[in-house]
Amino acid sequence: MNSLTSIASILLAAILTNNMVLSKFLGICPFLGVSKKTGTAFSMSIAVTLVMVVATAVTWPIYTYILYPKYTYLETIVFILVIAAIVQLIEIVLKRYIKPVYQALGIYLPLITTNCAVLGITMLNITNEMNYLESLFNALGAGLGFMLAMILFAGVRGRIESSNIPEFMKGLPITLVSAALVSLSFLGFAGIGG
Amino acid sequence: MEILIAVIIVAVIGLIAGVGLSLASKYMAVPSDEKQEKIRAVLPGANCGACGYSGCDGYAAAVASGEAEPDKCAPGGAAAAAGISEILGVEIVNEPKVAFIACGGSCSASKAKYNYSGVQSCAGANMLHSGPLECAYGCIGFGDCMRACNFGAITLKDSRPVICEDKCVACGKCVKACPKALISLIPKEHKTTVRCSNRDKGPAVVKACAVSCIACRMCEKNCEAGAVTVKDNIAVIDYNLCNGCGKCKEVCKRGVII
Repeated sequence: MNSLTSIASILLAAILTNNMVLSKFLGICPFLGVSKKTGTAFSMSIAVTLVMVVATAVTWPIYTYILYPKYTYLETIVFILVIAAIVQLIEIVLKRYIKPVYQALGIYLPLITTNCAVLGITMLNITNEMNYLESLFNALGAGLGFMLAMILFAGVRGRIESSNIPEFMKGLPITLVSAALVSLSFLGFAGIGG
Repeated sequence: MEILIAVIIVAVIGLIAGVGLSLASKYMAVPSDEKQEKIRAVLPGANCGACGYSGCDGYAAAVASGEAEPDKCAPGGAAAAAGISEILGVEIVNEPKVAFIACGGSCSASKAKYNYSGVQSCAGANMLHSGPLECAYGCIGFGDCMRACNFGAITLKDSRPVICEDKCVACGKCVKACPKALISLIPKEHKTTVRCSNRDKGPAVVKACAVSCIACRMCEKNCEAGAVTVKDNIAVIDYNLCNGCGKCKEVCKRGVII
């Protein structure tokens, strides 16, 4: 029961209070790049969530059993290496066995290889000294939080498209300003869950 | 010594990842269609989407499976179509086409119904009582087709779209963009066209626009080849039958057949 509540609080914290995009400002590239339509935003988020969980599942044991305690400084380079390989592997496996999913994710899967949100969550799990199960749920929560941010922002951008924006603010400027406002609104969650 | 172990750790992890990936790509490789890859090679790779598929890969797959025609690649043009048909072993029968706007009206020919000051797009204006012009079928002239064209083949002249037939590759994007469905793809070697789409009856048409088809059937009666028929109060030319004699142009009192 105790572990169940702690897992629930980890999930909630990862989705809302420590939202990857809106509170930690990681993964801004896909947040601005792929959020033009809700459909593509959703595909991208699914891909990110999948990779986050699988990457955590692999990097946590590598850190705990191989790198810790002597070679912790290798964390970044080894994690990048492993994540890049995992994304490639996931792509091959999906292409072979679940073709529809592969086609739905399309270009977004390889894009994640160099996404800082994925590297970020694997390293945050280590920094926060979480155990294996907690790390996995933290990664899942971070992925869902990413999805929440993406879909919310896709909606915001849809509204921006159809509104009358001053000429000098059109395009990226208004997108960045509205991203900042959405991020600001997520600060309201800071009190929950600690 | 310390640094050596660090190097070995990274090297071993890299090696495992590399070997794992190469094994995976060998044993889990998807046997892809040879035809599809060949077709993909003759396509230009612009991923422009003019063919209506998600990109060159999508189009190649569709052609290989027989789902799509081999001549849909606009940037590749005749060269790509010829390459694909060679791979597939089929002849392309489709002659070159060009976009055509079936409206000869203009701001002076068709009176304004109301003063429009909304979004400057045909689709937007069309939503308000079928556009600001008296003729509910005619070109609104905000240039949605011009913006849809990737090849700069459409220009606006006195708020009328003009198609440059040399630049037009018949990709069909303007056909989809026109809210009045005025644009169609016709054979490039066309001799006769009907520049009106108004399907109302005579008197109403005359009131709406100076250059309009009133369905008098003069063209139909005078066409020796039987290529012109009047259907839904508008003259329609069958390009397979038309021999370009030009009689219909002479008899058309409204100046619609050009």
